[in-house]
Amino acid sequence: MTEIAATPAENTRLQRALGVLRDVMARPSGAIGLTLVAFHLILAIISPWIVPYDYKAMDSLLMLKGPSGAHWLGTDHLGRDVLTRVLLGGREALLVTGIATPIAVIWGGLLGIFFGLVGGRLDEVLMRVVDAFLSLPWILKMLVLIVTFGTGIEVLIPTLAFFYGIPVIRIARAATHDVVARDFVSAARARGHGRITVIRRELLPNVLDTLMVEGAMRWSWMLLAFSSLSFLGFGVSPPTPDWGLMIADARGFMSFAPWGVLGPVIALSSLIIGINLTADALAKALGIDRAQKAPV
Amino acid sequence: MLMRRLFLGAITVWIVSVIIFAGVEVLPGDACTAFLEREAQGKLLENCREAQGLNRSAAERYFDWASGALRGDLGVSANGQKSISELVGNRLRNSLLLAVCALAVGVPTAIFLGVVTGLRRDKPVDLVFSTTAVFAMTIPEFVSATVLILVFSVWLGWLPGIVLTSAGAPVSEFFPEIVLPVIVLGMVMTAHILRMVRSSVIEVMVGDYVQMAILKGVPYWHIVFRHALPNALLPAINVVALTIAWLLGGVVVIEVVFNYPGLGRMMIDAISDRDLPVVQAIALIVATVYVGVNLTADLMTMVLNPRLRTHALRGS
Repeated sequence: MTEIAATPAENTRLQRALGVLRDVMARPSGAIGLTLVAFHLILAIISPWIVPYDYKAMDSLLMLKGPSGAHWLGTDHLGRDVLTRVLLGGREALLVTGIATPIAVIWGGLLGIFFGLVGGRLDEVLMRVVDAFLSLPWILKMLVLIVTFGTGIEVLIPTLAFFYGIPVIRIARAATHDVVARDFVSAARARGHGRITVIRRELLPNVLDTLMVEGAMRWSWMLLAFSSLSFLGFGVSPPTPDWGLMIADARGFMSFAPWGVLGPVIALSSLIIGINLTADALAKALGIDRAQKAPV
Repeated sequence: MLMRRLFLGAITVWIVSVIIFAGVEVLPGDACTAFLEREAQGKLLENCREAQGLNRSAAERYFDWASGALRGDLGVSANGQKSISELVGNRLRNSLLLAVCALAVGVPTAIFLGVVTGLRRDKPVDLVFSTTAVFAMTIPEFVSATVLILVFSVWLGWLPGIVLTSAGAPVSEFFPEIVLPVIVLGMVMTAHILRMVRSSVIEVMVGDYVQMAILKGVPYWHIVFRHALPNALLPAINVVALTIAWLLGGVVVIEVVFNYPGLGRMMIDAISDRDLPVVQAIALIVATVYVGVNLTADLMTMVLNPRLRTHALRGS
């Protein structure tokens, strides 16, 4: 039980992180997953400098043209280069979910750990409220907020961070319950440590693994939500290139211009698959059984 | 135990109704400003609010709305002046039809594949289906739906890719248009349940009593069917319930993709039109369905699990 050690020295912590990373990379799923995620992240950063065309440049002579030497993935219904838009189409999604995921995991995790430790009447009430929130489909909750406050990223980030933090409360609370009953927590309490100290030194290090895997999963669910909202027309607004929006636009021309759909479909799928493979490998490396978790 | 579950379910629905009501309440504007749009000022707005009873206190209106909902009267829509219960009726039936078809296809497939992958853990068959399941559950429904339409409707021309039947049409007219939506929904559902059944089977197979049976020399299939599966499948019932709740969000997207006249598309339309009474009503229905499904799952688990049954009889 090495995790009992209260605050491991900085270099052992780094060593453990590297060890986990090596373990993840050693698994086929982790190697493929991390490669895909890294590829998408790098692409999102450098894409503005490598795209062949302007993403909003329309050309009425080039509408719905098939793949060619000049336009590798053809053009869309407004004569815009599909490859350019596919390369740029993940930036918004990665930016929004990349900020919202850590926020969701942090606030949900801290609240869950706190109430897992404290328990009592307030905990009971909170769990009822959490259940009530979870019983509404995500799309309804999010749409009500988005319709009220608009569709920019300054609305999407807090909305996603809020709603996707709620299930984290449950997970963190359950993980805390597993730890709280152990001897070293009782020992810390017997030593007279306050709640904050117990959370910081005993609970957080032990719940962190679960939260990391949970965070990876939240990320993929958030991407699903974000792109679904875009698809429905409640996400980013045109002409900003976004995979969900592109699929929605190109769907009508699918019968004679399938390349407009296939590009964003492959890009979005590969990112989400990459995240999931990574999460899977991470869960196995950390010894957490992810399959037990509820999908909500 | 049973009474406690019923009570907790009722509490959850009640909290949801408060959240819905409060949520819509804090939104700027109300049914009248949405209905009158630019003319929403002065006398016209006041008259409208009076006619709709919007000038009363929030608590009074909540009470009215909640007691009406209990009697099955969900109020009238903001713009159409139609009874929401009437509007929702057919849509709810259509969404349930979609869900039931998907369940009928998905649950047996998921249990079968879950058991197979659980028993053949880390073998090729497990890796193939487990990995496919992860993809099926995490790729957005609109993406898998679009790909299926492209393949089966556009390229192969086997199935219609869009539903043209109107909301009130008899159930038989939805075939074969409903097939592709059912496949997409069923696929996601299968993936979720499969993973749960698999991990449950794995857990049971390493249990003491299964090990004991193996050591006693009980035939393998006898162990699987008599000892392991009854215990492994019980938790699956609750998972199916949870999955249904999760899928309600996906149903909305699928209904939009296929132009299916269900509750989900109605909700999207209502939100776009800012028809708040309809949004409230749909939210309440969905939450009630969720709680009802979970209750049913608890009941089924209780009936099927001898241990819980005796507990329930003793009233603990």
